[in-house]
Amino acid sequence: MLKAEGLAISIGGRELVRAFDLTLAPGECWALLGPNGSGKTSLILALAGLRSPQSGAIALAGTALAAYPRKEIARRIAVLLQDEETDFWGSVLDYVMLGRYPHSRSNWRRDEEGAALARRWLAELDLADRAAQAYRTLSGGERQRARIAQVLLQDADILLLEEPLQHLDLRHQAQVMRALARCASGGKTVLAALHEPGHAARHCGFALLLYDAGRASLGRSSDMLTQANLEALYQCSLEAAGTGSFLPS
Amino acid sequence: MKTVPVLVVALVPTSLALAVAFGSVDLGPAQLADALLGRGDEIAREIVWGVRAPRALAAFACGGLLALAGALLQVLLRNPLADPTILGVSGGAAAGALAAMLLGVAAAGLNLAALAGASIAAGAVFAFSLGRSGWNPYRVLLTGVALASGFGALVGLMLSLAPSSQVQGMLFWLLGDLSPAGDPSAALLVLAACAALAFSQSAALDALILGEDKARSLGIAVKRLQTIAFACATLATVAAVLLGGSIGFVGLVVPHLLRLSGVHRHGVLLPLSACLGGSLLALADTLARTAAAPAELPVGVLTAMIGVPVLLFLLARLR
Repeated sequence: MLKAEGLAISIGGRELVRAFDLTLAPGECWALLGPNGSGKTSLILALAGLRSPQSGAIALAGTALAAYPRKEIARRIAVLLQDEETDFWGSVLDYVMLGRYPHSRSNWRRDEEGAALARRWLAELDLADRAAQAYRTLSGGERQRARIAQVLLQDADILLLEEPLQHLDLRHQAQVMRALARCASGGKTVLAALHEPGHAARHCGFALLLYDAGRASLGRSSDMLTQANLEALYQCSLEAAGTGSFLPS
Repeated sequence: MKTVPVLVVALVPTSLALAVAFGSVDLGPAQLADALLGRGDEIAREIVWGVRAPRALAAFACGGLLALAGALLQVLLRNPLADPTILGVSGGAAAGALAAMLLGVAAAGLNLAALAGASIAAGAVFAFSLGRSGWNPYRVLLTGVALASGFGALVGLMLSLAPSSQVQGMLFWLLGDLSPAGDPSAALLVLAACAALAFSQSAALDALILGEDKARSLGIAVKRLQTIAFACATLATVAAVLLGGSIGFVGLVVPHLLRLSGVHRHGVLLPLSACLGGSLLALADTLARTAAAPAELPVGVLTAMIGVPVLLFLLARLR
C-alpha cells in the first residue's frame, strides 16, 4: 500500500502537482495520463522515493517512505524510468539480471534461480533468443522490453512505470499491457504513465488524470476516460477514429 | 569469454618470473635457479631476492593500483577517458616531490612531501564535488583537471628554477620511475585492501552504469557507493604515485584492454584490471631495466610506448 497525502511538486518554479492525495492498493492497476510536461515523471519519481516532494507525505505500508533503507524500498517498489544511460556493455541477460540486485546476496556464486526467472521474463516478452546478445545491439523496442523484463524481475509489490509502451509496436504494446494487468490481478500494484487511453481503458481499472495547471482527478477508468475528460486533459477535440485505428484483440 | 581471465591470471606469475630472471646483470639459468632456491653464490642470491624480487613486486603493486583506480574512475565519472591523473592527485604528488627535491630534502621527506601534495589535491576534489545529494561527476572532472593543470604549472616553474644537476632526477620522477621504490609490502597491502573493497561493491557498480536514479531504484545507496569507490581510487592512486611517480597510461589503457576483450562485469573487471595492470608494469619495468643496461629508462615512457599501439590495435580490430 503506497499512500500520498497533500503532495505538492514543482519543478523550476512551475507547480505540477498540488495538494494531492493518492492511495495505491494491492491488486490495482492505474493508468496515469496527462499532457507532456504535466508532471507524470515527477509524480512517479516522488512516489518511488527518488525525489523528495516540496511538501506532503508519502507512506509505504504505513511508514514514511524516506525512513526505509534503499534496498528495502527496492524490494517493494520497482521503477521503469523513461530515460536511462545506454552505455551498458554486457549481454541482454546480464542487463535484466541487474533487477535481482535487491535480492542478491553473494558476489561469488552465480544466481541460478535469478537467471532462470530472468530467462522466463525474457521469453514472456519475446526476447528469449536475444539473451546472449549484447544489450547495445538491441533495437529501441527490444531495449524497452528488456528494461521492462528487468523491472518485472525485481519482483516488487509496487510497479511504477514511466511510459512502458514507448518504442513498442502494436503487438508488444498489448503484450506488455497484459503482463502488467496480470501483475495487478496477481496482487501487485501497478501505476503506468500512458499516452494511449485505449490501452488504459482496456487494462487499467483506475485512471489518474494530471491536468496542466497542477489539477488532478482520479477514479475508475470507466468514469474517468470519457471523451469530455480526455478533451479537457489534452486540450484538443477528439473524435472516434474510423479505419486505421486498431487495438490488438 | 573464459579464456581472457585465465590468460590474465596466468600472466601474473609469468611476468613476475621474467622480472626476476632478467636484469642488468646476466645470470645463467642454473645460477638463477640456485639463487631462487637460496643456494650458491651470495651475490646472485642478493641480486634475485634483495634487488629484483622487491622491484618486480613494487612494479606489480604500482601497476595494479593504477589500473584498479582507472577502472573505478571510468565507471564513477562515466567517462572512458578517466584515469588516475584526472583526480589531480598525481599532479599534487609531483609538485610536492619536486618542491622537496628543490629544497634538498632526503628521500623519506620526499615521499612525505609527495603524500602531502597528493592529499591536498584529493581533499580539494572531495570538497568541491561532494554535495548534499551525492557526488557530481562533472565537478570531479573539472576540479581534477583544473588542479592537474595548476600543479603542472607549478612543476614547470620548479623545473625552470632548479639547478641543472637536479633536473634529471626530477624528470625521472615526472616520467615515472620505479628505481627508488624500495620495500613494496605496504603498497601490496594497499592493493589487496583496495581490490577487496572495490570487489565488494562490484555488483552495485554494474548497476551504477544505468544512471544514478536507476541505481537508487534498484536499492543502491548511490552516495555511499560513490564515496567508497572514490576513496578507493584516490588511495590506490596515492599509493601508486608514492611508489613510482607519475606512471601514465596504465590506468587508462588496462581497463579498456579488458573491456575490449569482452570483460564487463565489475566483479571480474576490477580484479583482472589489478592483475593485468600489475603484470604489464612488471614487464615494462623489466624492459626499462634491461633495454639500455646498465642505464635505466623511465618506465612511464615505456608504458606509453607499449600501451598506445596496443590500444589502437584493439580499437582497429574491433571496429
